[in-house]
Amino acid sequence: MSEVKLTVNGRNISKSVSDRTLLVELLREELGLTGTHVGCDTSQCGACTVHIDGNAVKSCTVLAAQVSGSSVTTIEGLAKGDTLHPMQEAFRTHHGLQCGFCTPGMIMMGVDIVNRHPEGLDETTIRKELEGNICRCTGYHNIVKAIAAAAEDMRAGATSLAAE
Amino acid sequence: MGAEGIGARVVRKEDGRFITGAGQYTDDVFERQMCAAVFVRSPHAHAKVVSIDPSAAKEMPGVIDVIVGQDIIDAGIGNLICGWAIQSKDGTPMKMAPYNVMDPGTVRYVGQPVAMVIAETRAEAEDAAEAVDVEYDPQPALTDFANYASGPVVHPGTADDNMICDWQLGDEAATDAAFASAAHVVEISLRNNRLVPNAMEPRSAVAQFNRAEDHTTLWTTSQNPHVARLVLSAFYNVAPEHKLRVIAPDVGGGFGSKIYIYPEEIACCYAAKRVGRPVKWTADRTEAFMTDAHGRDHVTKAKMAFDADHRITGFKVDTIANLGAYMSLFSSATPTYLYATLLSGQYDIPNIYANVKLVYSHTTPVDAYRGAGRPEATFLVERTMETAARQFGMSPIELRRKNFITQFPHQTPVLMNYDPSDFHGLMDKALAAIDFDGYPARKAESERRGMLRGIGFSSYIEACGIAPSQAVGSLGAGVGLWESAEIRVNPVGTIEVLSGCHSHGQSHETTYAQIVAHRFGVPMSNVSIVHGDTDKVQFGMGTYGSRSGPVGGGAIAKALDKVEAKAKLIAAHLMEADAGDIEIEGGELKVAGTDKKLAWHEVCLAAYTAHNLPEGMEPGLKETSFYDPANFTFPAGTFICEVEVDPNTGVTTIVNFVAVDDFGIIINPMVVEGQVHGGLAQGIGQALLEGCVYDDEGQLLTASYMDYAMPRADDLPSFGLDHLEVPNPNNPLGVKGCGEAGAIGAPPAVINAITDAIGTNDLQMPATPEKVWRAIQSTKMPMAAE
Repeated sequence: MSEVKLTVNGRNISKSVSDRTLLVELLREELGLTGTHVGCDTSQCGACTVHIDGNAVKSCTVLAAQVSGSSVTTIEGLAKGDTLHPMQEAFRTHHGLQCGFCTPGMIMMGVDIVNRHPEGLDETTIRKELEGNICRCTGYHNIVKAIAAAAEDMRAGATSLAAE
Repeated sequence: MGAEGIGARVVRKEDGRFITGAGQYTDDVFERQMCAAVFVRSPHAHAKVVSIDPSAAKEMPGVIDVIVGQDIIDAGIGNLICGWAIQSKDGTPMKMAPYNVMDPGTVRYVGQPVAMVIAETRAEAEDAAEAVDVEYDPQPALTDFANYASGPVVHPGTADDNMICDWQLGDEAATDAAFASAAHVVEISLRNNRLVPNAMEPRSAVAQFNRAEDHTTLWTTSQNPHVARLVLSAFYNVAPEHKLRVIAPDVGGGFGSKIYIYPEEIACCYAAKRVGRPVKWTADRTEAFMTDAHGRDHVTKAKMAFDADHRITGFKVDTIANLGAYMSLFSSATPTYLYATLLSGQYDIPNIYANVKLVYSHTTPVDAYRGAGRPEATFLVERTMETAARQFGMSPIELRRKNFITQFPHQTPVLMNYDPSDFHGLMDKALAAIDFDGYPARKAESERRGMLRGIGFSSYIEACGIAPSQAVGSLGAGVGLWESAEIRVNPVGTIEVLSGCHSHGQSHETTYAQIVAHRFGVPMSNVSIVHGDTDKVQFGMGTYGSRSGPVGGGAIAKALDKVEAKAKLIAAHLMEADAGDIEIEGGELKVAGTDKKLAWHEVCLAAYTAHNLPEGMEPGLKETSFYDPANFTFPAGTFICEVEVDPNTGVTTIVNFVAVDDFGIIINPMVVEGQVHGGLAQGIGQALLEGCVYDDEGQLLTASYMDYAMPRADDLPSFGLDHLEVPNPNNPLGVKGCGEAGAIGAPPAVINAITDAIGTNDLQMPATPEKVWRAIQSTKMPMAAE
């Protein structure tokens, strides 16, 4: 057993878990944060993507004990209260989801892609960066549009914050 | 139409929960005392099960129970069935072999369950599953199904030649006569590659048994929870229908693979009762690859006869369809009535004959996958048309135009009676959308860069909204294919729509609400859609075959007719007017030509206070419809694909792809475009990337995302879409259905484009870089020999 101390969506968590507990299991089964999904178990599909200390990571292949001391953000912690993150808004506006199963991972990855490309994003870059996330419903067409639009909104938001 | 009515591009109501992680899928169900199930699965494609010893597993930490096949048989739970009975051409019935939940004697595909371990946690169950000692006696396996008769027998005594059914459709003698007098004959031989549906949510089941009530609740990843309950009750003896509640909550994609009843959910229901605790099983991805029903898997030889003017006079088709080790729930329908009935395509073909041999093999069961039979038919027809055009030295556009059906309704020689569309109009729009006039310049530019550019066409037609029930019953269906809807108007005027269809990504919560908003002028936010729970909705047939729009939507429209009629009677009574003079507009009921009006909610409240209703009228405002359409609907379209092939590597890049469809009336263009995008991705995936591979011993070589090439974002282009709206004359909304079109029309467009680029007629799917490179080398061979 391991003692795991984490900040999850801003909340301090202290749990005793078996050594083999995966981060995704801790999130889903112990903390009830079922928005993070398991679609493959081999880190191929990306449905389990969360942010660990601000970086997108596939939580199906990370041990909970391994990330003790970290700050984890899941899809449930992305919005600020009732205000959706621009990436969430963009997925809705651009119909970037259908069944919704890959969506939390896509959104978390989308935020990470934008964060890592402050210079801006073109379609080719977005498609290449999305290689680790599989969607079977949308054909990616609208996901790519959503991320491009959110990148603009996030930049505009950052600018307006900086100006305050 | 109003801002939210039919035709409006409204963002989805259901998105709120999905984008915040608040969706609830089956694996998100956590019940008190819940335990985990893991299946022990066969590592052999064909083996006798000599013995199963669970004793060591039972001693492992956390293990609650181990269940084997004989336990389930002893409990009186029946075999799985195929629900569509067909006959061979000699009149003998199809040969359906026993399909046990866990066969205690023989395993017939890799991944077939042989035992079930129940433990406190999934990890403990996985550990214990490793400790179940199963002794197998491996046997030779049949995977080369085209040579079915010479292979090992899958079900001795039932089908000793591995043939399930030797089925035919059409007039063989007349078709042969057409060939005898043909000016040209074009022959083709092709394979439709086997696919894994790969819904992103793996299949899952949670079963809970309430001993005091003798009642079972099953949460499951189902496209049709009512059919699941019916089959589990009536055929498998899992629980009586009124003592079984099936809930299909949020479902993460289906594509056909979640239509069927599988061994695992039956076993979970049995296990929950046996251990007295809720039992959850969720597939991992490799289990999904091994056990979700696969799709397609045909080999076909066909020939098409033409007269001297290049008009088609006959089409003769021989297909062998692999159904795998067992007959899945609708497996017999897919390569027969869903395939051969579409072999006329968009063309006026006077004589068609199809012979389809359905065979067993030692592979995962095969059943309907997105499009189901129609992609296979379209691939054959459109590859044949392309090959014919090249043989004749004609433009493939001209050959198609010469043969397009232009008079409707059109009776084909293979059962279908097509309702109106405009095939020339679809081709015109597609040519404009891809800038066909600019193609030669683009090709020349590619050649300057040393690249090969090709263009490929595909003009598909499909049959959606399969019905009427009487007709499908006469063809062997075990169920009716109507749909139900119930409209519950609450006293405050909000409206609940209960549908027997099921949404697993198709956006029903939005589009169905739009139908209601369109009719009454109430805001969509006042409408909620209820589906997926057999305790809430009385009955329905679920969602597949693009039936939610034409059949499910039709049922809603019919129920709304009844609500509207009653609301008008109440309003007329309250305003002392004639019901015929009441108009509903913008959420108000008005007396035409006067300023008298009542708000929608005032009439609803009056229906429930019942203080002042017309003489003899029952209180309340709730109506139901069971809608059984008069005919299928026939969406159609023309897709054009433009590719660039690198001759040095064989890598194909899709540089332009346009899809122009006639889906009839469109309820929400945004949703319809999304459906087309997804279908195109699956069709392009089949053409370029996806293929399920078994080795000679029946091992599944493509059992993970590291081995099976799923289309990723950088494998696909952005698509160009357009549409025509020729209303369907037979259903109340004029809709035709859109969910499968992309998967049906895309594969031939892509393969026709690549073969055009590299100058061959012979290229099998998936057109991987290696295959394309080899094809390029073989086309060079004669030149090298000169």
